[in-house]
Amino acid sequence: MEEALVDWSRAQFALTAMYHWLFVPLTLGLSFIMAIMETIYFKTGNEKWKKTTRFWMTLFGINFAIGVATGIILEFEFGTNWSNYSWFVGDIFGAPLAIEGIMAFFLESAFLAVMFFGWEKVSKKFHLTATWLVALGSNLSALWILVANGWMQNPVGMHFNPETARNEMGNFWEVLFNPTAIDKFLHTISSGYVIGSLFVIGISSWYILKNRHLQFARRSMLVGAVFGIVSSLFIVLTGDSSANHVSDTQPMKLAAMEGLYEGQEGAGLVAIGVLNPKKTVNNDEQAFHFRISIPRLLSLLAERDMDAFVPGMRDLVHGNENQGLPPTREKMKKGDQALKALNSYNQAQKAGKDSLASAHLETFQNNYPLMGYGYFEEPEEVVPPVGLTFYSFHFMVILGFYFLLLFVLVIWSNINDTIGRKRWLLRAALYTIPLGYLASMLGWVVSEVGRQPWTIQDLLPVKVSTSHLNAANVELTFWLFAGIFTILLIAEVSIMVRQIKIGPK
Amino acid sequence: MFETLSHLALQQYWWVIISLVGALLVFLMFIQGGQTLLVQIGKTDKQRDMLVNTLGRKWELGFTTLVVFGGALFASFPPFYATSFGGAYWAWLLILFSFIIQAISYEFRKKPNNILGQKTYETFLFLNGLLGTILIGTVVGSFFTGSEFSVDTFRMTATTTSESNITRWENTTRGLELLGNIQNILLGLSVFFLARIQGALYAINSIDDEAIFRQSRKQVIYNAVPFLLVFIAFAVMLLTSKGFAVDPQTREIYMEPYKYLHNLLEMPLVGIFFLVGVLGVLAGIAVTVFKNSTGGIWFAGAGTVLTVFALFLIAGFNHTAFYPSTFDLQSSLTIQNSSSSHYTLTTMSYVSLLVPVVAGYIWYVWRSMNKKKISSEEMENEEHAY
Ligand code: HDD
Ligand code: HEM
Ligand code: HEM
Repeated sequence: MEEALVDWSRAQFALTAMYHWLFVPLTLGLSFIMAIMETIYFKTGNEKWKKTTRFWMTLFGINFAIGVATGIILEFEFGTNWSNYSWFVGDIFGAPLAIEGIMAFFLESAFLAVMFFGWEKVSKKFHLTATWLVALGSNLSALWILVANGWMQNPVGMHFNPETARNEMGNFWEVLFNPTAIDKFLHTISSGYVIGSLFVIGISSWYILKNRHLQFARRSMLVGAVFGIVSSLFIVLTGDSSANHVSDTQPMKLAAMEGLYEGQEGAGLVAIGVLNPKKTVNNDEQAFHFRISIPRLLSLLAERDMDAFVPGMRDLVHGNENQGLPPTREKMKKGDQALKALNSYNQAQKAGKDSLASAHLETFQNNYPLMGYGYFEEPEEVVPPVGLTFYSFHFMVILGFYFLLLFVLVIWSNINDTIGRKRWLLRAALYTIPLGYLASMLGWVVSEVGRQPWTIQDLLPVKVSTSHLNAANVELTFWLFAGIFTILLIAEVSIMVRQIKIGPK
Repeated sequence: MFETLSHLALQQYWWVIISLVGALLVFLMFIQGGQTLLVQIGKTDKQRDMLVNTLGRKWELGFTTLVVFGGALFASFPPFYATSFGGAYWAWLLILFSFIIQAISYEFRKKPNNILGQKTYETFLFLNGLLGTILIGTVVGSFFTGSEFSVDTFRMTATTTSESNITRWENTTRGLELLGNIQNILLGLSVFFLARIQGALYAINSIDDEAIFRQSRKQVIYNAVPFLLVFIAFAVMLLTSKGFAVDPQTREIYMEPYKYLHNLLEMPLVGIFFLVGVLGVLAGIAVTVFKNSTGGIWFAGAGTVLTVFALFLIAGFNHTAFYPSTFDLQSSLTIQNSSSSHYTLTTMSYVSLLVPVVAGYIWYVWRSMNKKKISSEEMENEEHAY
């Protein structure tokens, strides 16, 4: 019963977040691509660029509407389905959400109307400004939401108030400039840019394959590919820095991403591999059926030192004395002490025993950083689903390098004017559109599934984050969301495909 | 500068902001109201297109205001956010569903291959107008009538899922029971009819079309009558009812007869807002009906903002619990026991300095886009129309 509630709540959050994420990256990327195109129009006065811009704007509008529809659910879902979590962190987590609304969403929604309907109503310059502001707004919204998410992965800048049972913000700048948040922001927006580029290139390729709108397609393709190659390089850089920070703040996640059970000095990076599903932290099975590793690269990436020790899941669960890693059971004891002390503190306070209360408070505060461990029964609970994390991570990275290659080939063939003849490349570009979405979705799976069992790292496990609800309620809303979003998605794709077939006016 | 304010002053400042955003949200529900009048005001296809387009250029603004309302409540009164959204689950989810189907309807309605067909999207718009207004009004109604929940922060030291919830909704209808309270429903219906009046007034103001003017004016009259009936009934019930008062010394919550009437009288400025607001709405209706003016929306809009603002203020100010619990009186939320910390409120107050900037550019954009009224020619020539 209890598990059912947690599982349905997770399933619902995952479903709605993934639907939101089907639309957001295109907004992030395409808004900039449109702004660049309109800037070219503004500078050259060439009407063809205006047509090009307006065509992509139509597609943008269709995508944007459904992005907004899915976003509002997420915002309120923290309250409806994760109310304990919202209570526990609202003091910190609510702020970026509110700032996002004030700074980003209003910017988008106000200037969107100008962008769509203002061509004949406002000056060219004002219109161009509006388009850039929409792009800025959408990217600002990514910043604030990722600050919120980054804080869950790496909670900083706060202290716990036992009177209100809430974490309170201690330093806003620490929350904002949390390295985890900055990584997430940069990596995520660049994934949006890559998707935007793949989208523009893929559709342009289709026109070339069909021998339609050739000039328009070539123009769009070039803007897309240049933007794409820059973003791709950036994605590799920021992805590397993400992994580096994960190794500092969430070593368990890193170990799961690499399928690393036994810690190693000079650990290799798995390029491709097949995990042995029978392997657990408690047995001596082989971790992999098959793998190809690049020697010592993991140590280099994670610790910036080829010979450094990278802890495996087993070290993290059972401890490793040589490396100074405590077993999870010890952390569980401290967590348990924190919870008990908090309780005793409350009782002593109610009874008016001040000195006793302050003694308990001290015990509590000493153990607070590991409080979340007090909720577990078995140390193995701290291991996330390894297979999902591992495969998602590796597919994402492989796809990342593949996109880079694709952009290079597209630019190259545009420069020497052979793109029209390379039908295989055009087809590849077309079929790569869904892969862009896949890579990005996999990235979130790494990030969110790899963070399990925590909602807030070390402080609050998922199982005590939910609302006080009967699972049947959540099950019903899950299916309602699944139904409505699926219907809307089908409608959206169908409209989009039709608009593409109609082509630029 | 905000650092030096007391915690209480910051709490009050934030309750004022929440009240203001709530008030603007109800004003912007002219969009929802208009959506329920598509058939009555738009007798022909072309008229309906004009109406959809004039509302469609504003829908994002209303939607975003709702989002910001939620976000601002989360940041400034997190226990309210946790209690109300997690508790009145079905009331809020129905509201959200009605906004999901709004968001895509404008964009998809007329596009070829939209699968569901134009009629369905127009029905979606209608449903959003109906449910969104009535349910939001009903939930806000519970600020005065209370809900069944309990709060105990130390439950979070329990290690099982079902024991660990700090806030608990103590019934299984999860918010649907709010619809069984007459006072809540009266407020819900008031919001609904008010939204329709404003929707018609906005159509009059922003569309250049004789027939639309006539049909909208008729709708203003038709909706003014039920609005006055339900709103007066609500106001009478509210001002004669017991309210949830807070003892300033002990912070104990108790029931006080005529609490909300007292709040109006003890905060004369709020009382004036309330009266002027109601008069503004009436004036908006009157100039439209008797003088054939096209500016009624400005009176009615300003009136709506003032009235709703005053209602929020009497719910939270003057030692009143703004989110009361009838299950356990002492669990009731007040602006003092449910706000964010001093630090967070200070930080957010700096952010609030951006609000005038935001309001400024929204106003500027609104003006440049509404300079010319929507006309049937524009509908034919504009490439991007809803
Ligand atoms: C087109 C999409 C895309 C591509 C090609 C890549 N990523 Fe990525 N990745 C994302 C889209 C993404 C994402 C969806 O944006 C995530 C999810 C959460 C986040 O912060 O970004 C992400 C997360 C994410 C994380 C987890 C961060 C965390 O849990 O805090 C790591 C370590 C990487 N990425 C590393 C990489 C590397 C080394 C790549 C090499 C090419 C790469 N990603 C390509
Ligand atoms: C779970 C966390 C999230 C929440 C609560 C959330 C909330 C929302 C809300 C409420 C909207 C509608 C805003 C409006 O009225 O215009 C929205 C739209 C949007 N969100 Fe999210 N969002 C989340 C995740 C993300 C992520 C991860 C990103 C980007 C990295 C993002 C970027 C955007 C953008 C660009 C829009 C504009 C609409 C669109 O692109 O289709 N959001 N979001
Ligand atoms: C938009 C892109 C996102 C996607 C695709 C995504 C995906 C997921 C998935 C798959 C889960 C379930 C993990 C599991 O239960 O094993 C999840 C959970 C969750 N995510 Fe995300 N996520 C996104 C963005 C965010 C952001 C930006 C936030 C916070 C600001 C966030 C907060 C959460 C929370 C609170 C949960 C539920 C608790 C938990 O399972 O740990 N997510 N998300």
